[in-house]
Amino acid sequence: MTTKVIDNKQTKKILEKFEGKKGSLIPILQAVQEKYGYLPEDILRQVSTKTGIPTSQIFGVTTFYAQFRLQPRGKHTVRVCHGTACHVSGAEQLSEAIEFELGIKDKETTEDRLFTLESVACLGCCSLAPVMVVGEHTYGRCSPDKAAKILRKVRKEEGKE
Amino acid sequence: MSKKVVVGYGSCGIAAGAKEIHDILDDELKKLNNGFKLDITSCMGMCYREPMVEIIDDDKSYVYGDVNKRVVKQLIDKHIKGGEIFKDKLVISSDVKTDDETFLSQQTRLVLKNCGKINPERIGDYLAQGGYESTKRVLTSMKPEEIRELVLKSNLRGRGGAGFPTGMKWNFAAANEAEPKYFICNADEGDPGAFMDRSVLEGDPHAVLEGMIIGSFAIGAAHGYIYCRAEYPLAIKRLNIAIEQAKEKGFLGKNILGSGHDFDITIKEGAGAFVCGEETALIASIEGYRGMPKMRPPFPANSGLWEAPTIINNVETLASVSKVIQMGPEEYAKMGHERSGGTKVFAVTGKVKRSGLVEVPMGITLKKLIFDIAGGILDDKEFKAVQLGGPTGGCLPYDLLDTPVDYESLMQTGAVVGSGGLVVADHSTCMVDMARFFLGFAQNESCGKCTPCRIGTKRMLEILNAISEGRGVEEHLDELKDIGAKVKQASLCALGGTAPNPVLTTIRYFEDEYIAHIKDKKCPAGVCRELITIMIDDSCTGCEICKKECPQDAISGERKKLHKIDEEKCIQCKICLGSCPFDSIYAE
Repeated sequence: MTTKVIDNKQTKKILEKFEGKKGSLIPILQAVQEKYGYLPEDILRQVSTKTGIPTSQIFGVTTFYAQFRLQPRGKHTVRVCHGTACHVSGAEQLSEAIEFELGIKDKETTEDRLFTLESVACLGCCSLAPVMVVGEHTYGRCSPDKAAKILRKVRKEEGKE
Repeated sequence: MSKKVVVGYGSCGIAAGAKEIHDILDDELKKLNNGFKLDITSCMGMCYREPMVEIIDDDKSYVYGDVNKRVVKQLIDKHIKGGEIFKDKLVISSDVKTDDETFLSQQTRLVLKNCGKINPERIGDYLAQGGYESTKRVLTSMKPEEIRELVLKSNLRGRGGAGFPTGMKWNFAAANEAEPKYFICNADEGDPGAFMDRSVLEGDPHAVLEGMIIGSFAIGAAHGYIYCRAEYPLAIKRLNIAIEQAKEKGFLGKNILGSGHDFDITIKEGAGAFVCGEETALIASIEGYRGMPKMRPPFPANSGLWEAPTIINNVETLASVSKVIQMGPEEYAKMGHERSGGTKVFAVTGKVKRSGLVEVPMGITLKKLIFDIAGGILDDKEFKAVQLGGPTGGCLPYDLLDTPVDYESLMQTGAVVGSGGLVVADHSTCMVDMARFFLGFAQNESCGKCTPCRIGTKRMLEILNAISEGRGVEEHLDELKDIGAKVKQASLCALGGTAPNPVLTTIRYFEDEYIAHIKDKKCPAGVCRELITIMIDDSCTGCEICKKECPQDAISGERKKLHKIDEEKCIQCKICLGSCPFDSIYAE
């Protein structure tokens, strides 16, 4: 894992923007994650020092909400919808095929940092079920073999086959 | 009139490929330069035909569906250049009769009136449809108590699920003299299978703002929040645009329309917790804490956000407010059924021919909704069950399809109106698996604060897992009913209070299927893995596709000869089932 030098100026800017505003912990964390892709521990400590919110409370909040990540993620996030309509249309088989293809389980990242797999509750495109989203691309009526093909293609495009 | 080409640009349309279609049209129309202008609108609610493109040629309109790259080229050549109607893909038209028109003609669209009709990013479009007229009327000629009385009389009830009378809620907050007061729009639509709020936010954001402005005036709140899930980026974007435009036109800000009423709105993005749809949890989340519900009373109307009187209304409720004022409360109440006024939007998905958004007057029967409007079951298969009211709703069988859709009637069946998700299942859906899925969702989203929900749902899920894995015993059914009843009774909030519903209703109406799992160790729908065997029948041509796809190398057989599955190796992943071009593989 390469350690990035964390730019404290960015965090400072974010904190200044929310200074004195009530109830701004969640928007601060969202802004930090937007910037870094995840919530680095030392940044969270900095947030705590500046806002006076105890780190215990900050960790409590980050682990409560599904959106927050304490680990960096892969280049492509593969999200599999597990909403009702997708479930009925075979989302579980779809997830399994993807897990098999990538060799990782839900919420894990591949060793080459290319993919992170994420099960999500509902993406709201129920009529396209089952749905897989790779990065910004949504693939509707996605069968297990179609998913495997798409992921192989992405891997090929990244030159990692 | 004008010549326009309008692309359905909601999240669902974009997911189906609308952006690509929009870009192609943009290029081509510029080149053609024959008077046709490109515009966008949001989701029309006909999700089953997305992406959709409407061609408006003076007073005539032609809506095309399933528009992919190839179809859009044909549309351009035939219709836009040639003036010829391309009947193959025509969905709805003002000019020609189509099969699909009954999907819309049988609905009563109030909340969805503008969705798919106007460009949601232009306030002018909304104003041209009579938008903000209700706000003007209320703020310039009515007293707060008059508007509360009017809403109460209309029988408008909370569309988020609980069905609490909106006017009564407003009265509680108004009666409290503490200052400040807050007005919150609950746009944390987390139910898997429900997307009506997203569609309204994306398609008609000003209607929601109007509801908030009128509501804030009715209770005397100067600050408002919209708590929207972060998973709805397009809704957030369009809300931001709408708020800016409303400010410019003087519908938000200080001394709105000279009434002396001040109101501003801040958008708060959710961070992914289903329980935050619950009022007190939502408030905790806005305050920056873990979204955990609190004991009630005190109710938020008395002590809510930062302990101030707070009203929280759902998106659809708020979008209905201006319609109530336009129609008058008597007319609105009359449109509904008994104590439920007006219309309700349902997100119909699953195994139906026409999945999408359906808005109907309260009190219509489920049968009409599923068979007439949504067109019946996909591939004309047999109906098995309908799951209503989101993950904590209930599953109903065919015999109960004559139940009218209103809060009280559905409650008697064990299901709920909920937020309006409606998932239809056919015989390939296993009811034990369905119950397990919903309970798994509720268990996962349980915040963990109160014991009945945290531990009760966990124990119930363990039992369901045992049943679906062939380890079920007869006592399990009584245990499920017993724990379920206790969880419902003793949980702190509605999540736990309704989480057992899918289990209890499936046991009530589909007990045979549970018995088949427990006694015969069989899953009649061929879903529960441990109880099924995957087999290949004689129609196999030996094409070797399944053999290549099988992750376990469990399939053997020479080319052009019947293939076989090794039961020992097979993990019932069903990848082969989907890959077989001849439908020769089945689960039993």
